[in-house]
Amino acid sequence: MFRSHVLVCGGTGCHSNHSEEIIKEFNNLIVSQGLEKDVQVVRTGCFGLCAVGPVVIIYPEGAFYSKVQVSDVEEIVSEHLVKGRIVERLLHKETETDSAAVKALSDTNFYKKQTRVALRNCGVINPENIDEYIAYDGYQALIKVLTEMQPQEVIDVITKSGLRGRGGAGFPTGRKWQFTKDAPGDVKYVACNADEGDPGAFMDRSILEGDPHALVEAMTIAGYAVGAHQGYVYVRAEYPIAVSRLQIAIDQAREYGLLGDNILESGFAFDIEIRLGAGAFVCGEETALITSIEGNRGEPRPRPPFPAVKGLFGKPTLLNNVETYANVAQIINKGADWFTQMCTERSRGTKVFALGGKINNTGLVEIPMGTPLRTVVEDIGGGIPNGKKFKAAQTGGPSGGCIPAHLIDTPIEYESLLAIGSMMGSGGLIVMDEDNCMVDSAKFFLEFTVDESCGKCTACRIGTKRLYELLCKVTDGKATMEDLDKMEELCYYIKDNSLCGLGQSAPNPVLSTLKYFREEYIAHVRDKVCPAGVCKSLVNFSILKDKCIGCKMCARACPADAILPQTEIMPGKKLPYLVIDHNKCVKCGNCMSTCKFKAIIKK
Amino acid sequence: MKSIADIKAIRDKMQAQIVVRDKEQSNEIRIVVGMATCGISAGARPVFNTLMDEVSTRQLRNVKVSRSGCLGMCRLEPIVEVFVPGQDKVTYCHVDADKAKVIIANHIVNGNICTEYLIGAEE
Repeated sequence: MFRSHVLVCGGTGCHSNHSEEIIKEFNNLIVSQGLEKDVQVVRTGCFGLCAVGPVVIIYPEGAFYSKVQVSDVEEIVSEHLVKGRIVERLLHKETETDSAAVKALSDTNFYKKQTRVALRNCGVINPENIDEYIAYDGYQALIKVLTEMQPQEVIDVITKSGLRGRGGAGFPTGRKWQFTKDAPGDVKYVACNADEGDPGAFMDRSILEGDPHALVEAMTIAGYAVGAHQGYVYVRAEYPIAVSRLQIAIDQAREYGLLGDNILESGFAFDIEIRLGAGAFVCGEETALITSIEGNRGEPRPRPPFPAVKGLFGKPTLLNNVETYANVAQIINKGADWFTQMCTERSRGTKVFALGGKINNTGLVEIPMGTPLRTVVEDIGGGIPNGKKFKAAQTGGPSGGCIPAHLIDTPIEYESLLAIGSMMGSGGLIVMDEDNCMVDSAKFFLEFTVDESCGKCTACRIGTKRLYELLCKVTDGKATMEDLDKMEELCYYIKDNSLCGLGQSAPNPVLSTLKYFREEYIAHVRDKVCPAGVCKSLVNFSILKDKCIGCKMCARACPADAILPQTEIMPGKKLPYLVIDHNKCVKCGNCMSTCKFKAIIKK
Repeated sequence: MKSIADIKAIRDKMQAQIVVRDKEQSNEIRIVVGMATCGISAGARPVFNTLMDEVSTRQLRNVKVSRSGCLGMCRLEPIVEVFVPGQDKVTYCHVDADKAKVIIANHIVNGNICTEYLIGAEE
């Protein structure tokens, strides 16, 4: 019996901030203090507040330590664990000026407005210990399904809950399960899409790292419901921690007889295998993913037939996203009505978002459907750093669009996001402030889709490339007003003539920025100015001669020797002022950040 | 290979262990043991461990055992304080492992304060 539990985040964010060494240090010091029978160190999944990692929480006090360094561990052990005195210095503070440190994790604004369903065990349990998952009602849903429910009843509950695919498109999950069950054939498969490819999105990774048994349990339930005996998880090889924890979970489930030939002596057989993806974005598209699991080059094929009818190896296949599966066991346990309570009319339950960009609380959040974007940005996200103004939020990554500042009260749900030209997507949410150029952001996403287009459809392969070139013309200040119209036409052409979701959605970032930030495009084209000062070709640095004191700090920082002193001395100054030679300037901005007198401006 | 009964047994056993990590409940009873140097040298550790074991084996899910520092009355250590919501704080002194078991059985489970161990009885 341990009197105290030390929870250390072992998600990828904190892991890369040396949380592994912190765990080692805790274990060493706990042994040297003779506390190894009193204190347990637990490596958990992501707590969500990646911005302040590595994160350590100590129970029973619930003390929430953030930005813990290896050198801090000794103080925590000798003060908190031995003497019972909380180390105030390391407690998490909501803002830099906030002197009253927040003691418990659940007291932070970041957590108060969240509802954790898919992430309920992330940061709570040790993902490599099946017993801890069982303690939090794990595998209870599987027992319930195998002993009390017919396959059709399982599907009815999922259908009634209104759960929709969390991978982006939002297809009703219950209907997908029904189609797969009703499809003719003896052999069927259950597959899981863990090929999370959107830049800046890490929801599925965090679930796999923090609660892998939730996926194993849900896939087994799905197998029982649709009549499949083999499951595949397609996960990208770039997620080494997620892959190893999932493999541990599968092995433990096999050992306990929760996977295998005769699960819990019910006669039902099901097993799961992992397939590693090599990181092609297009393999997140369901038909390409299936082709890739079969061992072929990941290319999409036309639908229908849908995978529910003809999927893996030509057999009916149920394919859902990790986050979708993460909801299943709890819907079975708590009932469809519980799930529909957290909702709007058309979107039920919660959604996980990976919050990134210009936001204070970078990390993982889970909110009930219908929560306004404002709550996510201002309350949970803690606002924009350095007092800058909110400009737009990009949802759905390279397939989505942006939500401009005047629509910040839009409720986050499938339909309302589609209506304003964005989409739910898999859950990347990138916040942009006044220093972001919208043309440049559209260019960034398009560069990504140009790289990731599989090349099967001409419209996508060549169209995205030409669209990218047009965007480059805009950011270089060489475009004409006709080019803007040409871009829009090309966007619709690509959308209409591509086979799969990648091509059909690739122009979305361009279309939505054209819709909401057309004046920024026009500024680039007509006035040859980038209002945010991002596009290098359109930006010039210059020195205000009445502010310059002639210290030459900027000249020393300049990598191109483009800053030279003049001979004239301004009245009231002791040294001659300096001037930037625009022919030599490489626009790196070093001079501006070096100048202590704000004498250098960008325009 | 585990049966459904085995899984249930694992669940019950583990739930008793992870109760430490539960969120604070409104009706939660807190038992606080003075675990400063004075308390530890007077024998607070076996008292603390006994309290934890009792809470765990009896599966008292709304009871949380935690530690505090020195209360200033080192001569009366080990001191155990019990906070029941809506009631006055109760302070026991000179507690040992056997007394700790009695406190759990009489006070926490049955709601009868063990007057003979109270700090007032000692004073």
